[in-house]
Amino acid sequence: MFDKLFAPEVLEEAGLIIRTQFPLAIWETVYVTILSTAFAIVIGLPLGVILVVGEKNGIRPLPAWLMRALNVIINLLRSIPFLILMVLVFPLTRAIVGTVVGTVASIVPLVIAAFPFIARLAEGSLREVNPNTIEMAQSLGASPMQIITQVMIPESVPSLISNATIAITTILGYSAMSGIIGGGGLGKIAMNYGYYRYKYLIMVAAVILLILLVQLFQSIGTHLAVKSDKRLKNKG
Amino acid sequence: MIEIKNLSKTFHTAEGEVQALKNVSLSIADGDIFGIIGMSGAGKSTLVRTINMLERPTAGSVVIDGVDMGALSDRELRQKRREITMIFQGFNLLMQKTCLENVCFPLKLSGLRGEKKWREQRALELLDIVGLKDKAKAYPAQLSGGQQQRVAIARALATNPKVLLCDEATSALDPTTTSSILELIRSINEKTGITVIIITHQMSVVESVCRHVAILDGGVIAEQGAVGEVFAHPKSAAAKRLVFPEGEAMTGYAVPGERTIRVVFNGSEATSTPLIAHMAVEMGIEANIAYASTRTIDGREYGSMLLGIRVGGDAVERAIAYMNAAEGVLAEEVEF
Repeated sequence: MFDKLFAPEVLEEAGLIIRTQFPLAIWETVYVTILSTAFAIVIGLPLGVILVVGEKNGIRPLPAWLMRALNVIINLLRSIPFLILMVLVFPLTRAIVGTVVGTVASIVPLVIAAFPFIARLAEGSLREVNPNTIEMAQSLGASPMQIITQVMIPESVPSLISNATIAITTILGYSAMSGIIGGGGLGKIAMNYGYYRYKYLIMVAAVILLILLVQLFQSIGTHLAVKSDKRLKNKG
Repeated sequence: MIEIKNLSKTFHTAEGEVQALKNVSLSIADGDIFGIIGMSGAGKSTLVRTINMLERPTAGSVVIDGVDMGALSDRELRQKRREITMIFQGFNLLMQKTCLENVCFPLKLSGLRGEKKWREQRALELLDIVGLKDKAKAYPAQLSGGQQQRVAIARALATNPKVLLCDEATSALDPTTTSSILELIRSINEKTGITVIIITHQMSVVESVCRHVAILDGGVIAEQGAVGEVFAHPKSAAAKRLVFPEGEAMTGYAVPGERTIRVVFNGSEATSTPLIAHMAVEMGIEANIAYASTRTIDGREYGSMLLGIRVGGDAVERAIAYMNAAEGVLAEEVEF
């Protein structure tokens, strides 16, 4: 089988598929990843804030049962394998998008899988803020909300960007998996041609593009995180 | 006027209860510079945090200008805290914000103080007062420790507070920077009449700026009063430990047949030894240096010394008068 991998007709066919189908697939992968990450941040970041400020010694303690419930839900969602989660959330996906197959439909399970992960990452970032800095804000009469919006989040921006980068690259990986249930993008191409039709060359090309996308997101993220950090001397 | 009445604070830890403060009562007059000194673990930081209720006392009360701090609602307390600001050992600046934004921060918190332009104008004036107007656009990481503390002072003054709490504010700084920060605090106190409460473990800090002092030991006020009085005639064991760094073993410095004078150098121009030498030459008084711990900062002398002078005649009285005549020198007889 492998002797025919680089046969002229195979190369020609692969070239045609790459030219005609890859641009759309790349675009689908990118927008699904970015949209899913954005929605997951909208849900996950506030939850991360609650995880930090709501605990017993936090700046705005919440009832212990509520914190326990939140932790259990987040851990539960994080322990379900993504492949299973996609199927589990079919009813929700249908309710929101109207269908369970397709590129847009794949955003729903992606967000459900990503927001608990992002909540934990945000929690980690926010915990890095020096407790003395928070005490300083309290001593100047800051309210819990002011401490969250004017101290905790702004002070942890570099760390939040680093963690958002980890999140977006992970979600990119998940988005490729959603090709199985009909989500579009490079993952679907890799599955359809590589897995179902043994066109390895196309699968390899799709995988290389996924790797390049991860590299690109990671480079941009690292650059932004470093650039935003004013603690590094001789900057700004 | 700050009145601390029968204040106690108990912490519940894994190892059991820890009583950080026991029945502490203090009264601090408006415009005073009041030092609270003690060894680490004496409860100083807890005490200063009960003043603005960052730490809720277990018993007792803090009354500021007739307002019982413990009785305020969260919202009222936040309002009140704008009148009682604080500087810290670790400066605690917002590291992702410029100096200007750091000074604007308390003004922004208070909300009602108008436009961004107005806030920045006010912040620039404050940075000018602390001598850092040119660093407005710099980030804290680009500044030295002393400069960061100056920014923190500017920030603490932004809301025109009546009280400034200093929690080990100079403990992370070198001696030269320490004295310049203390000088700044003193001049702000003189200009604005702000009440300053200084928490420290350093004798030199209290000696150089404070007017009144309380010595905290094991969560209890061991002694309090005017700085000169407490340091010249320490009565409690804790006070003696602080005044004589070698501890109570200092009594060993007393030589039979000699009376002991404690000399405090508080930024005197002359170096200490010539003063003693001049006294011998000019007054004919021979002093035995029993103990000395002095250092020179910016050509000025800081520290203390114990002198033994032979009993007989009025030599001790003349020596005290001679040394007190020198600028920045405080001499008093001590009895063990």
